[in-house]
Amino acid sequence: MWKQSSLMQFVVVTLVILVLGLFEWWQPLGLSVSTLTGGILTFNTLTRIGILTIVVVGLNLLMGYAGQVSLGQAAFYGIGAYTSAILTTRAELFGFPSAVAAAWWWPWLLIGVGAAFTALFAYLVGKPILRLKGHYLAMATLGLGIMVYILLRENIGFRASVLNLTGGFDGIFDIPRLRIGAFVLWPIERYYFLVWGIALCALALAHNIANSRVGRALRALHGSDIAAEMVGIDTADYKLRVFVLSAVYASVAGSLYAHFQAAVSPTPFHFLGSLGFVVMAAVGGMRSIWGAPLGVGIILFIQDLLRAKGDRLLAGIGNEAEPVVFGLVLILIMIFLPNGIASIRHRHPVHHSGGGA
Amino acid sequence: MKQWVKRKDRIAAFLSWRVILMLILTASLVLLLGARKNFGWQQYVQLTLDGLRGGTIYALIALGFVTIYNITGVINFAQGAFAMLGALLAITIDDWALLAAWPPAARLFVASLVAIVLTMLVGILIERLTIAPARDAEPLTHIIITVGVYIVIQGIALIIWGTQPYTLPAFTTLAQRDVTIRLGGLIIKGQSFWIWGTTLVSMVLLYWFFEHTMLGRALRACAVNRTAARLMGISPSRMSLFAFALAAALGALGGIVLAPATRPTYDMGLSLGLKGFVAAVMGGMTNPGAAVVGGLLLGSIENIGAGVTRAGFKDIFSFIILIWILLFRPSGLFGRPHTVEKV
Repeated sequence: MWKQSSLMQFVVVTLVILVLGLFEWWQPLGLSVSTLTGGILTFNTLTRIGILTIVVVGLNLLMGYAGQVSLGQAAFYGIGAYTSAILTTRAELFGFPSAVAAAWWWPWLLIGVGAAFTALFAYLVGKPILRLKGHYLAMATLGLGIMVYILLRENIGFRASVLNLTGGFDGIFDIPRLRIGAFVLWPIERYYFLVWGIALCALALAHNIANSRVGRALRALHGSDIAAEMVGIDTADYKLRVFVLSAVYASVAGSLYAHFQAAVSPTPFHFLGSLGFVVMAAVGGMRSIWGAPLGVGIILFIQDLLRAKGDRLLAGIGNEAEPVVFGLVLILIMIFLPNGIASIRHRHPVHHSGGGA
Repeated sequence: MKQWVKRKDRIAAFLSWRVILMLILTASLVLLLGARKNFGWQQYVQLTLDGLRGGTIYALIALGFVTIYNITGVINFAQGAFAMLGALLAITIDDWALLAAWPPAARLFVASLVAIVLTMLVGILIERLTIAPARDAEPLTHIIITVGVYIVIQGIALIIWGTQPYTLPAFTTLAQRDVTIRLGGLIIKGQSFWIWGTTLVSMVLLYWFFEHTMLGRALRACAVNRTAARLMGISPSRMSLFAFALAAALGALGGIVLAPATRPTYDMGLSLGLKGFVAAVMGGMTNPGAAVVGGLLLGSIENIGAGVTRAGFKDIFSFIILIWILLFRPSGLFGRPHTVEKV
């Protein structure tokens, strides 16, 4: 399954991640990535790129390979994050003894619990929703995403004095760091390697899927549902499977995010969050696994660049100009590179399959 | 644009026994929840009236969605930004020092007109700069582009107007305090009548425009069949431009009449745009008359829903409706059922 070239790509990317991380950690000659980039690429940014890459690579499989649009991916990300957050900080509400809640393996188990819960949720909602196509699927997932966001924001409808699950607007604080035995995966230098380790596994798995029988089936149903059915592909089943997989990816990333921030609030899981994922996927290039880290990296870099240097680029209104520049970059990329930055390498025109059209 | 007049059979299809059963179930659930809060009929009528006020704005925005979608096939997520621009531009022009000597009524009128024209210009710019260059792109690309446009417009609005809310004087009193009409325990603000009246007038005008003017007919022709329209000498590119200008004007109008009833901020467009979109989907995306009904229904349903549960749940009802419609009536409330393949 692994061609020489794609193996090489993995080795190169792994090395780059290792070198960046170790360079930033030890800071030879007092130099670090953040000082070299003027404080733009910090460990924080690099770690966030890793977390979001996991979400976006799942989205790539769903949108780029299978051609099913999701504008509600932040819901799954949020469910993962909140499962970890709620069950690490409020385990007693669910009758778990405090000895269990304090054990080092408890948060790790919860990542799996969150993923399983998200998978079940995605399965149940995906079954009816994935019958829709194109615009209509996009809108249904959008509605779903906003509904999950509102439930998180409104404490699932409970009065906070009766049962405080999600913490409402303020969210949940003091989420413990992940650790193995007594070895805490924090400060951020340690967490960086954990996140990227998982991200690389996610990328490798996605690469395997994309280049297997399943991946070919997904691309076939992207081209045409009916044609795929004709050659014996159970399209509904494959769509549902890849939808659930992308949700699990998002959920795992959400758990990692919760332990990274040590706090969660509903804001990142709003519609704009889902949109951000789609934008990252589209900018990087959805029909390539490497589009995910590329897109996430570019978007976060632009954001941080504008945040850090916006004042110098646009005197006086730097901070406030951030969304404007961000939106403009987005429009330009979509007009001139509708298949994302990763498509630059391919000289031949990428075929326009019907997809949602 | 195809169907301004609903046909009898469509209404018959809408009122199938399954729908009636669901309506009865929902109504009893609402009454049950309302009973816990000791709601009488007055509360329900009041909630509906307030909801209809917001629903009217959704209807205006939905009309913009439908116009653009019919003619260009693009779902314009920047639609809500037009309402925000209309409201904030009108407020700024109304406060303009140069106009301070004018009588307030004239000032308000001129401010509204100029705001609508300016928003139309923005709409035209958007079409020329972002939609026209990517005409043949995939739907997802269009969605991302129009969302990018929305982010840019909201970002510029943030730079110009900041985060604070603004106020526009009520149209009846020309002051911050609006008249309130009390009718047997019900309270209706004077501005509500302006909102309903303006929408009604603009819908009559729109109907006349689409049925009886050359330009309106050309737009309709373009919606029905772009290639055939082009063969008849109608330029789809020009029509696309008109569609955006028209949608921008409708959105701006909605924002302006809504402004005295709420306190417009730079970020009011996102939720208005999403609700307008839901209303358009309720009308089947292509039927303007149904979209207006959709907007009014959406406004009252979400307001009643929020009233009997909690205010924070208001948006959930809109999106429950959205998903329900998409799954069971993809061609809209009054469309033919079982036509899933609409794309």
